[in-house]
Amino acid sequence: MGSATPEESVVEVRELRYTISGRAIFDGLNLTVRRGEITAVMGPSGTGKTTLLRLLMGAVRPDSGEISVFGQQPARLGRTNLFALRQRVGMLFQNGALMSDLDVFENVAFPLRAHTRLPEPLLRRLVLMKLQAVGLRGAAELSTDALSGGMARRVALARAIVMDPELLIYDEPFVGLDPISLGVILRLIQTLNSTLGITSIVVTHDVEEISRIAHRSYLLANGRAAAAGSPAELRATAAPVVRQFMSGLPDGPMPFHVPAPDYREQLLGDF
Amino acid sequence: MGGRNPLLDVFAKIGRVALFLGRLLGQCVPSIAHPRLLIAQIYNTGARSLIIIMLCGLFVGMVLGLQGYDLLQRFGSESALGVAAALGLVKELGPVITALLFAGRAGTSLTSEIGLMRATDQLTAMEMMAVDPVRRVVAPRFLGGVIVMPMLTAIFDAVGIFGAQLIGVGLLGVESGSFWSQMQSAVGMRDVNEGLAKSLVFGVACSLMAVYEGYHAEPTAEGVGLATTRTVVSSAVLTLVFDYVLTAAFMNS
Repeated sequence: MGSATPEESVVEVRELRYTISGRAIFDGLNLTVRRGEITAVMGPSGTGKTTLLRLLMGAVRPDSGEISVFGQQPARLGRTNLFALRQRVGMLFQNGALMSDLDVFENVAFPLRAHTRLPEPLLRRLVLMKLQAVGLRGAAELSTDALSGGMARRVALARAIVMDPELLIYDEPFVGLDPISLGVILRLIQTLNSTLGITSIVVTHDVEEISRIAHRSYLLANGRAAAAGSPAELRATAAPVVRQFMSGLPDGPMPFHVPAPDYREQLLGDF
Repeated sequence: MGGRNPLLDVFAKIGRVALFLGRLLGQCVPSIAHPRLLIAQIYNTGARSLIIIMLCGLFVGMVLGLQGYDLLQRFGSESALGVAAALGLVKELGPVITALLFAGRAGTSLTSEIGLMRATDQLTAMEMMAVDPVRRVVAPRFLGGVIVMPMLTAIFDAVGIFGAQLIGVGLLGVESGSFWSQMQSAVGMRDVNEGLAKSLVFGVACSLMAVYEGYHAEPTAEGVGLATTRTVVSSAVLTLVFDYVLTAAFMNS
């Protein structure tokens, strides 16, 4: 870890193919996440962004192709090694996924209690430090149902970093947040990346927000990376799919209409 | 699993439940090492079911008092009411009704709790934090149910016998001395063990179905509702089937 060079990659995806009941979600996807960078994975709803995260974490296996995380292939690991790999990765879920039977403090303490045998005073200090980092030290004693959506996501973020992961994965971190909470999360992602040097993968479809902090972005379409590069490069890309997504045009290569029978037949025919 | 052959589906489900039980049992030992979680579950499923168990036990006992007296006095042997009530409760009604109440009160809440954890990604989040949800969530709830069931049954039996005494001795005038002394001489350890064995088996069956259905619930509001229904139905059926099997086995031995 100490001899990390900027070019070193943490995640490598090569010619990934993955199908769900015959439908190809990924077909020849290539993707690289470099150490210390914020990599954005963008794409319209239903392009398999969350599925990609599940593949990275070894929750599902690819049909073919290669995925490596820290040089290991999650799909080929046994349960023990897979769990060891997952301890190096933090994950922020879309809805926070906080444990409903634990309060804020215990939620953040959860991974520490599960994986370490720290003495209680030390554990307490660690948890409060992480809560401080997300601005919620004062909310430690609250129950999770007393939290707003934005606060719940910050608690989940504190939990995701409590084991000091080398890689942090964010699944749609901006969805459903008010502008202030969104700004807070955005700044936290950037701060965690720059001060702790955590490599970050942000899965999102919020082009504007992520373009402000991402070092490198991938746009997924039709099961592969339609474009890759810095936000500026992506904006300058001429490919129609990319232009449609980046400027939010309702119709284009990704059609407005879901495939349907001819409308003349269905709407103007005999009743 | 498209329901082409219902019988095949039943066997497939039995197989899946058995595999799940195997995985669950493997995680029970490490789960005992964290007694705090287990104790919390014993409180949840046990202590919180006490009121309903005692209330039902009392009324079942009172009905036994009435019906038993009505039957026995036809043969002039109403003094045997204590024996009849105690044997009926300890061997049969106690374990069975406690199991049915457990399925309705504790089983449903186990299923919906685990199902909601599934629906809100809590179980997936645990997996991603390298924590096995079967060990952390399912095993303590299962073990808690298995431990609690015999205790609840014993309390049901005791309150039921008290109810029978209340009606038989207090209301209908059976002599108190013969009520208790005949019970004492006729009910043996063998009868108590039969009831205990039944309640243990029912505890495993009902707790297993509750956690299985919750863990495998469709992660939607409708899915959790359906899973809760399945818990009650399968627990009740299993309880009654096993009750017959165990009764027959104890008669033979």
